[in-house]
Amino acid sequence: MLFINRLFSGGVAVPHRKDTAEIETVVMDIPSKVIIPMAQHSGAPCRPTVKTGDIVKVGQLIGESDAYISAPIHSSVSGVVKRVEPMLYASGHLVMSVEIEADKKQELSEDIKAPVVNSREQFIEAIRRSGLVGLGGAGFPSHVKLSPPKDKKIDYLIINGAECEPYITSDYRECIEFAPYIIKGIQLALDMLEIPRAIIGIEDNKPKAINLLKEKSKNDSRISVYSLPSRYPQGAEKTLIYTVTGRKVPPGKLPADVGCIVFNVNSISFMAKYIETGIPLIKKRVTVDGNVVREPKNVEVLIGTSIGDVFEFCGGFVSSPYKVLMGGPMMGIAQYSLETSVIKNTNAILAFDKKEGDLPPETPCIRCGRCATVCPMNLLPQEINRFVMAGRYDELHKYHVLDCIECGNCSYICPAKRHLVQSIRLGKDAVRRNAKKA
Amino acid sequence: MENRLYVCSSPHLRDGCTTTKIMLDVIIALLPAVVAGIWFFGYRAALVILVTVAAAVASEYLMRKGLKRNNTISDLSAVVTGLLLALNLPPAIPLWIAAVGAVIAIVIVKQLFGGIGQNFMNPALGARAILIAAWAGKMTAWTQPFEDTVTTTATATPAADAIATATPLAALKQGIYGAYSYSDLFWGNVAGCIGETSAFAILLGFVYLLVKGVITWHIPVIFTATTAVMTWILGPDGLFTGDPLYHVLSGSLLIGAVFMATDYVTSPITKKGAAIYAFGCGLLTALFRLYGSMPEGVSFAIILMNVITPLIDRYTIPASFGGERNVG
Repeated sequence: MLFINRLFSGGVAVPHRKDTAEIETVVMDIPSKVIIPMAQHSGAPCRPTVKTGDIVKVGQLIGESDAYISAPIHSSVSGVVKRVEPMLYASGHLVMSVEIEADKKQELSEDIKAPVVNSREQFIEAIRRSGLVGLGGAGFPSHVKLSPPKDKKIDYLIINGAECEPYITSDYRECIEFAPYIIKGIQLALDMLEIPRAIIGIEDNKPKAINLLKEKSKNDSRISVYSLPSRYPQGAEKTLIYTVTGRKVPPGKLPADVGCIVFNVNSISFMAKYIETGIPLIKKRVTVDGNVVREPKNVEVLIGTSIGDVFEFCGGFVSSPYKVLMGGPMMGIAQYSLETSVIKNTNAILAFDKKEGDLPPETPCIRCGRCATVCPMNLLPQEINRFVMAGRYDELHKYHVLDCIECGNCSYICPAKRHLVQSIRLGKDAVRRNAKKA
Repeated sequence: MENRLYVCSSPHLRDGCTTTKIMLDVIIALLPAVVAGIWFFGYRAALVILVTVAAAVASEYLMRKGLKRNNTISDLSAVVTGLLLALNLPPAIPLWIAAVGAVIAIVIVKQLFGGIGQNFMNPALGARAILIAAWAGKMTAWTQPFEDTVTTTATATPAADAIATATPLAALKQGIYGAYSYSDLFWGNVAGCIGETSAFAILLGFVYLLVKGVITWHIPVIFTATTAVMTWILGPDGLFTGDPLYHVLSGSLLIGAVFMATDYVTSPITKKGAAIYAFGCGLLTALFRLYGSMPEGVSFAIILMNVITPLIDRYTIPASFGGERNVG
């Protein structure tokens, strides 16, 4: 096993709380209805291709877009379309969505067949049709990542199994339960895109996954498995690339600019499964945890299932939840309602009581500099905070405000409990709006 | 709606460290110096410490109340200011002057500028500077360890007498070298401010602060090393004839470098900025000691560097990850 000595500067040792790590994934019952949003990825939203009253089958296309940066959306159940209208989305916005009443027969669509993949073009087209987006968090359409500009030579395929957020174990369970598919997916991508090497990066708090993938990949000299120091945000794209290759993605650039393509373990494994079965992305493993969840575990959930139904499947709540998150505690989005749906890039839903969910009050900055020390992007959060709170947005470019990856380390570590990354988000937004005006 | 959910922007997790815990760590780190001060200078030192801490906390409380702001005495920063001020006062200082110093530190230097985090210079040092200007005689009236007799520098005559009554640096200023042994200087068995004499006690506190991650080594080490090198180079008998060890162990250099110059609020944020700042502190200290009218210059060196800290911060904004530095 290769141990990495290189480490991005900054980072914090967040608590792991991987309570669900050794619990096998449970497949959830088919819900009575699903609400499938038409924007589950970064890029252009899809337009619905079905209307109220239509009968749909599992895997049937229900949303697509002509835009390049977009990904088609498929039905996760068989049943009848009940509503096509804007509905509450995980971000808190209203997003055009399709509600389908499930008949629980789960009849497969006739369109589903394993794709023929003999060339790079066929492979990329197949992945586009599969609806795959980055399953690690950002939800960037995968076929776009697989198509770097011709002049960019890619020499590393990096597989992200770092899973540095507390609680979340859905990547880890993929490694444990589907290691052969991860390796198969990597080999497929290496062959099709003619990339010489692949590196799987996993934090060293998951030795079982590291050893298993090492074992499964031992016959392919192109693939290495790296044990990464457990330091949040190790799994952020830029820090991961730096840790495993020593290359720094400059601000505003993409991994392809430094010869890298990065996929989450779940994404690469899905590619192998899709090529085998032709079933598009209609389900997702979700870590269900938090101190008010009765039975924390990993659940395989059909996309569009309401988070309330998923919590119910996990035995419901021991006491009424005060805060519900989609995603991890460091970057997850607090939910207004239990009606929102699990989408393609949902990797965890967490529910907490008041004690765990409440935040301590903000006190004055004492300029201790801890926020700057832990910032993986080498920013000065307390300075940005000062200018944002004073409304002096014109100063922010000097402090590289747009390079913030919003990992949340600054707010996590701040002894004065200041809302640092929150104010940086505000500042980024103001800078972008001003740039548009100019 | 039943069961409303609490919504806020991520992160939803916070580290357990708080401002109060940091201040408590500083207080713990100061305890060896407090004990040493009381050991060498007796109950009088304890009284001064009690008076300044009480006056600092009381004036913080009343000031916040008067300004109708939320009270901040529970963050313990006023206790730290009171302690630091006491440790930088002569043991024989009249108690009312000590109390006035604490009030100046909290009311004028800290609260009038906005309270914790907003002061532009170290409150304890700012107050000390004002006390020196106002009561120069009282502020330089020293006591020998284990003795109650007070001798002012004004009455101390050179030569033999001075050795017995002056601080190590005052002796140096009068042209007397080697007035105290390194061992007395290290343990603190010399005349001086309550908390500054024992290098040993201060180093214990330094190690504690490093272990607890409250400060990094940068400012104390660069500050002290710069003063050492400068006093060695600019020696009394020409270049490279100075006694750097004597300078390091004397006066308030160590307590200043470890506890005063590292004050978060008034020192630069980045390592690079901190290095420039610490170098400036060390250089100015050496120049004040060697060429100034007073034997000691640590306080004024730190205050001057405190004042230009915003400037240093402005010119040491680091490049972001993978990016290039913006200038100015």
